[in-house]
Amino acid sequence: MTDTQTALPRADIAASARTRRRWNPRSLLSKRESPVVLALLLLVLFTYLANPRFLAPQGLKDLMLNATIMMIMAAGQALIISTRSVDLSVGSALGLTAFLTGTLFATYPSIPIIVVFLAGIAMGAGLGAINGLLVTTARVPAMVITLGTLYVFRGVNSWWAGSTQYFAGDRPDAFGNLSVSLLVGIPIITIIAIIVIAVVTLFQRYSRSGRDLYAIGSDPDAAIVYGIPVGRRVFTAFVTNGALVGLAGVLYASRFNSVGAVTGTGLELQVVAAAVVGGVAIVGGVGTAAGAAIGALLLTTITGALTSVGVDKFWQQAVVGGLILASILIDRLATLRRARNLRKATS
Amino acid sequence: MENPGEQPLISLRNAVKTFGPVVALADGSIDLHAGEIHALAGENGAGKSTLVKVLAGLHHRDSGDFEIEGQPVSFATVADSRAAGISVIYQEPTLFPDLTVAENIFIGRQPRGRFGMIDHRLMRDHASAIFEELGVPIDPDRLAEGLSIADQQIIEIAKAISLEARVLVMDEPTAALSGHEVDRLFAVARSLRDKGAALMFISHRMEEIFSLCDRVTVMRDGRYVTTRMIPDTTPSQIVRDMVGRDIDQLFPKFDAQVGAPVLEVEGLNRAGVFRNISFCVRAGEIVALSGLVGAGRSEVARAVMGIDPIDSGTVTLLGKRLKPGQPMAAIRGGMGFVPEDRRKQGLVMELSVLRNTALTLRDGLARFGIINARKEAEVAAEWGRKLQVKSSSPYNSVATLSGGNQQKVVLAKWLATKPKLLIVDEPTRGIDVGTKAEVHRLLSQLAVDGVAILMISSELPEVLGMADRVLVMCEGAITAEFPRAEATPERIIEAATDHAKAAAS
Amino acid sequence: MTDTLTPVAAPPALSATRGAISRTLASRPALMTYILLVLLILASTMVPRFAQPRTATFLLLDVVATLLMAMPMTLVMITGDIDLSVASVAGLSSAVMGVLFTGGMPFGGVVLICLLVGLACGLFNGLFTAYVGLPALAVTIGTLALFRGLALVVIGDNAVSNFPPAASAYATGSFGATGIPLVMLPVGLIIVAFAVVLHMTPFGRTLFAMGHSMEAARFVGVNTKRARLLTLMSSGLVSALAGVFWTLRYSSARSDNATGLELVVIAAVVLGGVSVFGGKGSIWGSVCGVLIIGVINYALRLNRIPEVVLVTITGLLLIISVVAPSVVASWSAWRHRRRRAREIDSTITTAGALSA
Repeated sequence: MTDTQTALPRADIAASARTRRRWNPRSLLSKRESPVVLALLLLVLFTYLANPRFLAPQGLKDLMLNATIMMIMAAGQALIISTRSVDLSVGSALGLTAFLTGTLFATYPSIPIIVVFLAGIAMGAGLGAINGLLVTTARVPAMVITLGTLYVFRGVNSWWAGSTQYFAGDRPDAFGNLSVSLLVGIPIITIIAIIVIAVVTLFQRYSRSGRDLYAIGSDPDAAIVYGIPVGRRVFTAFVTNGALVGLAGVLYASRFNSVGAVTGTGLELQVVAAAVVGGVAIVGGVGTAAGAAIGALLLTTITGALTSVGVDKFWQQAVVGGLILASILIDRLATLRRARNLRKATS
Repeated sequence: MENPGEQPLISLRNAVKTFGPVVALADGSIDLHAGEIHALAGENGAGKSTLVKVLAGLHHRDSGDFEIEGQPVSFATVADSRAAGISVIYQEPTLFPDLTVAENIFIGRQPRGRFGMIDHRLMRDHASAIFEELGVPIDPDRLAEGLSIADQQIIEIAKAISLEARVLVMDEPTAALSGHEVDRLFAVARSLRDKGAALMFISHRMEEIFSLCDRVTVMRDGRYVTTRMIPDTTPSQIVRDMVGRDIDQLFPKFDAQVGAPVLEVEGLNRAGVFRNISFCVRAGEIVALSGLVGAGRSEVARAVMGIDPIDSGTVTLLGKRLKPGQPMAAIRGGMGFVPEDRRKQGLVMELSVLRNTALTLRDGLARFGIINARKEAEVAAEWGRKLQVKSSSPYNSVATLSGGNQQKVVLAKWLATKPKLLIVDEPTRGIDVGTKAEVHRLLSQLAVDGVAILMISSELPEVLGMADRVLVMCEGAITAEFPRAEATPERIIEAATDHAKAAAS
Repeated sequence: MTDTLTPVAAPPALSATRGAISRTLASRPALMTYILLVLLILASTMVPRFAQPRTATFLLLDVVATLLMAMPMTLVMITGDIDLSVASVAGLSSAVMGVLFTGGMPFGGVVLICLLVGLACGLFNGLFTAYVGLPALAVTIGTLALFRGLALVVIGDNAVSNFPPAASAYATGSFGATGIPLVMLPVGLIIVAFAVVLHMTPFGRTLFAMGHSMEAARFVGVNTKRARLLTLMSSGLVSALAGVFWTLRYSSARSDNATGLELVVIAAVVLGGVSVFGGKGSIWGSVCGVLIIGVINYALRLNRIPEVVLVTITGLLLIISVVAPSVVASWSAWRHRRRRAREIDSTITTAGALSA
């Protein structure tokens, strides 16, 4: 048990600290995100070389529009998973808020768009609060609770919607235009998503309660010993995630033609997969909302990329599955190597 | 008894804490004054850790008075006790492995700059400043994962300093430290005392209590026994207070016939953990493996059992070479293992007493692959009776038993396999004095019956009282071997900290 | 923690047998049985057309795939893992079945290869989980997508339906007037086999130990890696069998067969008392969990109550089944604290131990 790391002369530390201070790549994204960013860049590059039309304005726009909703949901899920929980009810919650959006526009045609956004976000936050309350007060694994609310929310959605469907024509043009109009070449809903994801990532990095989430995920028992209000933080994470899903639901109604009883079915595992691909470890403690969003972007881009290079469309889902496995495998190998280095360092 | 004019900083009187039917603390009382280092002594299971957790706000006392500077207080959470200026350092600090060292110190209190955002640079500078003050070179930017226990404790102390704690409680901080790490810790502790903090120090090592502390409070069986000034007392007096009886009764050592070698270990190596480990244990012999926590003793035992992998070397049991990495082969060959961590390794806490006892026998109880449930219950009951396990029902989970009874269940499940070699790792940790003597008598009796016993223990009296032969490990190597007659505390401690010899081997 | 201070209860006066019976009657599986029986009685009396043989036929045929998958899932979850890929394995098995049979392979050979494919899927999950050391949740989310993707690769968006009439008849037929489907015979045998393995063999004992503490299991010589591999392989095998059944039952081999069934299976076994933390659960409990959901489903459908209510009830049942125990636990902890506080107030006289 010699401590090599403490045997460093002080000058070395000071020097290394100074160099790090000049350029700190960890300031927003940690090293965990680099594989997914690299994979995304390579994917775009190779697809572009094979088929330059892939990056034509229309292709690029579709790429971003397809990814937007998943990116927001993955960012929210990153908050939850970093505390060693998971929220499986997000697909159903998205369905409910999307249907709420449709209903509001159909019932009050002159309702201001901002009110609809606020209503959707509030409803999502309320659904998240139900999850958070059950998870923190009953101290039951989030996975089971949210599996339950997945069904309950979906049931409520079906009961509410029945066979009703709202189509794009039921909504004001200004609302639909959010996913058509561009601002500096980027669809407006994508800009909204990027801003939201950036805010969440900043919260994770620069706020005390954001840091607490990582501490909880890193070692829940220690977090209690340290006096971190674990229940309150986890509850807040669920509410925040719910609000993000609510936002995603409203944007879904803007982006897609119809919303009804089954909107958002089966999204939950895709969202978790996107977060995992983006460097959010399923055991908690690490990973950022930005990383998860990039993971979502990668997973949605790969489908478009495979199509545009002419890969049989039936292969696409298998490739996505392989990608998820590859990303957790890479993470595991990096952990093993770090552990081996630590062991060597102490011998 | 003490200076009556001076008001204690902290005063806990007649505190009671129960868990279900188990009384962990029957009468916890202690006074801490500013500017003193106060030792809390007592056997394992005397209630010291429970008392610490009451001070820390982790446990809520059932009754009793708790005052800080004369004002009655009641802590609902850890945050409350921290706000009152109490910091606790546990035996094994639990840092957040995914966060940096600086963040571990300041979690929940990170310095904030513009827009209320955490100023990571300022936080790092604060941490560096504290480490500089302590004179320890730890990089505040590295992740806490993989830090040595000594460094983790320094980080806990740094946290206490950053909190401007008035009271620092250290629960067995030296258990895993080497000589110079202990010196470093003590230097830090003394400087904190001289700045007016009150320190509470828990240790099993008398020499540490006498070199560091000003006063000592002794506990036994969850109760307050006495408080003495260090200059006015002696180690043997404190041991008498702790044990409450003569030491000879604690270590019944019967004469056993030492026979043929049962276990022969030859040139065992595992990179970074231990190297060149060779020894032998004979039938009827108790061999102690001594040394500091972290010297690699448990790791050697686990490798012998086949639980951990090895890089090279051989383990021979009764003349048959064991395949490495196959614990089942070792068990079939007649090896039993009572591990050091009863709650995580020795028992499946949520399973019943019956299932735990029968777990080692599962294959033997089956006919045509089907377990005979009646026989399973009978065998479990028989061994429970033999070891006098006290439980209200064999179908209750072992978690409901007291520490001593849990350890008896661990012993029962291994004795049921009729082992030829029994490895016991810290066999009496965390159990009460009465059961402790029972466990020792049992080990002696097993030796008389011809079982070879390899005992790992951090308690010198246990080593000296029970062992026929003592092997001492330091930093992954065996540095000395003493027959019973030649083993003395001084020689063992010297060998346990013989870094030069360890490095040479 | 001294024995002298611990009130040690006298040994139980009940005879061993009577003790065993009362324990069994109060256990979780027993509770699930009561709930199932009450539901059956309620449905028979209140729902018209429920109490007749064809109910047994359709109810059971509806749940066979879930029931099959729930068996290995119980084992997998008791060891502390989870398998989210079961429905995708069924889909892959269905796709392979369609393609091979269209290709002219004899039916028996086709089924055998489907089962081998399932076994290989389980092997893949098991190797990544037990031997590479990745969390089962993450691995099987990946293989959930991968195996479903492979099913698409194999069969594309085709559907194959011309399977041998005898096989289809067997999959949908029933034992004469009883209404019990023919397939319940092999399914029953599989249930019994899993029950024996889990509750009556040394291997089963170790699975419970592993679920509570992998570490403690390793210290009694359990090959934990092999055990985890075996349970996940059984999951792949049985899921493939469920895929074969599904294909025959609905006379259609498609890549999207059984989509989303994984969460239904997990909901059913958790309802039946399996803990997602591992270490708790029973085969009979899981069977009851599946049947309870099946009965509610069928009864409500007979009553023309929309799917909606059913889905909601499934979710609520799941939540209640996990929340209820912790509510009870915190209530009894509160009672213990109050009783303890009263005892201490009445017995402890404040004798100052520190007073000089």
